[in-house]
Amino acid sequence: MKKLVLIGAIALSLIASGAMAQETLRLLTWKGYAPAKLVKDFEAQTGIDVKITYSNNEEMIAKLRATRGAGFDLAQPSQDRISFVQKKFPVYQPIDYSRINTAQLTTSMVDAVKRNTAVDGKGYGVPHCYGTTGMIVNKKLAPGANDWSDLWNPKYSGKISYRLKRPLLIATAFGMGEDPFALYGDIDAYRALMKRVEKTLIDGKKYVKNYWTSGDTQVAIIKSGDANVISGWDGKGWTLHKDNPDIDFIAPKSGALGWIDTFAIPAKSKNLDAAYKWINFMLEPENAAYFTNQEGYGTASSGAIEFLNDEIKANFSRSFPPADLDNIKWHPPVPAGFEKIEAKVLDKIKAAK
Amino acid sequence: MMKKPRGTFYLLITPVLLWLLALIVIPHMDLMYRSLRFETDDGLWVFSLNNYLAFFEDQIYWLTFVKTALYSIFVTILAFVVTFPVAFFLTKVIGKKYSSFMTLLLLIPIWIGELVTVYGWMILLRDNGVINSFLMKLRLIDAPIEMLFTNFSMTIGLLYISMLFMIVPMMSALDSMDDSLIEAASDLGASKWTIFRQIVIPYTTPGIVSGGIIVFMLVIGDYVAPNILGGKSSLWFTEQIYNKFLASFNWNEGAAFGFLLLLLSSFIVWVALKLSGQKLDKVGS
Repeated sequence: MKKLVLIGAIALSLIASGAMAQETLRLLTWKGYAPAKLVKDFEAQTGIDVKITYSNNEEMIAKLRATRGAGFDLAQPSQDRISFVQKKFPVYQPIDYSRINTAQLTTSMVDAVKRNTAVDGKGYGVPHCYGTTGMIVNKKLAPGANDWSDLWNPKYSGKISYRLKRPLLIATAFGMGEDPFALYGDIDAYRALMKRVEKTLIDGKKYVKNYWTSGDTQVAIIKSGDANVISGWDGKGWTLHKDNPDIDFIAPKSGALGWIDTFAIPAKSKNLDAAYKWINFMLEPENAAYFTNQEGYGTASSGAIEFLNDEIKANFSRSFPPADLDNIKWHPPVPAGFEKIEAKVLDKIKAAK
Repeated sequence: MMKKPRGTFYLLITPVLLWLLALIVIPHMDLMYRSLRFETDDGLWVFSLNNYLAFFEDQIYWLTFVKTALYSIFVTILAFVVTFPVAFFLTKVIGKKYSSFMTLLLLIPIWIGELVTVYGWMILLRDNGVINSFLMKLRLIDAPIEMLFTNFSMTIGLLYISMLFMIVPMMSALDSMDDSLIEAASDLGASKWTIFRQIVIPYTTPGIVSGGIIVFMLVIGDYVAPNILGGKSSLWFTEQIYNKFLASFNWNEGAAFGFLLLLLSSFIVWVALKLSGQKLDKVGS
């Protein structure tokens, strides 16, 4: 018994000293958003230990909602998914923009994100990176595929894949020649539009190989040749292009969907200092450029352009001729209650034959 | 001799009670409470059964449940058919020395975890995967057979991760069976089929039923294999619960669906126990 107590006491003191010795930053983010080299540099520079949890928009909201904003010091949701969540379940705290080194950021983007994430006049997000959802196509095996409507084109039967989540519903609406964002103010019209989208996707389901579910499966399904025409993120498409020049990211004719991922601080963040330090660190021109060179996504850091590889710049001009660049549809904030409609539509499509 | 409970008794019982209360009873009460709360269109929270009614109103939900349940029963039966010969061989045919080593080999897939196993099957089954390339190299087929992302691949995945839980209880039941029973029956002129049907099966029924319950519960509550291997139409009921929580942010309906899964699968197990004439306490031991 005495021995046990002793061991217990030692174990406890070890745990306690481990926790005391080092400050930590608990980061809730996407795969690839905290490259190992930058984490190492940050830890060396500040002595703060970075603990990373990988997630996506839906899970981030669910995790923070479950703990009412505790458990993480910094999160990285997309800018369109902040304000409606914040209104319903207050899981974030307002950003103190005076603690952000905004001089190193693209001003228009900071303002746009501040506006789009605002609740009661306070902004809840700082832009980190941006990119588009479009299509990744194997041009040799599927020539001519260049629009959202090709995701239900019999010509590519059996070689089509996409992620069955809300961006795909939006994309399908654009591919049908409609403008879903214009209906964000009218829930009944939006519901009717979603019905039409549901029909299009159920009718086209027989041409689909499979639905991909994560960045990894997205890459795997086109790399392995299981599919040739898929929905995908620009950064992923460009990484694939490096390995296999036949595969590339294409901005769909009816409009790529633009997203901005942000830094947002959970309501019960325990280490605000570390959170702000990390934000400013990640957006330093050289670090932001390292991230972009690595992942391919654009950055909100204005000075980063000097440090970008030529290859990265070439990706952008290759996939986005001026007309397509103007045609990017940036996600406006999602109104409350819309995700309920979409979730049902998604279930129905998944269950359909 | 009855004694009054003493300190030791309380010391030993406390962790059990704490476990049951904190990790099972309280979370389920909370889930139950949530499942009965409903937000009206005016944003008011009221007690109602609407979350449960949603399951019956929309055919997509109960159809998915029926499909999930039927598939789980099918996989359970398949697991029995596939593993019974293995269990019989390991306990009755080969010697103790080899059998324990082989049982150990059988357990290896469990050590590496479900997700890794499932990814392994993806590599084997995909269009230009191991199996298809092999068959094409042998010129047995000209074009790859589509195996991945079908009901076939989902069934294989579910079977692979669950069949060990069938083998182990069956082996322990078979192990305790005296070989002389088989010998006696054989001496008295019983055919192999009769021995199997009248002696081996009745003797192993408790093992089969307890293995079957575990396999059924594992399969009906699984998320990974249907989601990754199942392909575009493989909506599993657990996935719908996940979607309720994560995609539509409707925890209340998700909680109600979770309870329905618990109730309906318990009901199926109860029916299976009745049909096989087993009692839960006997099977559970």
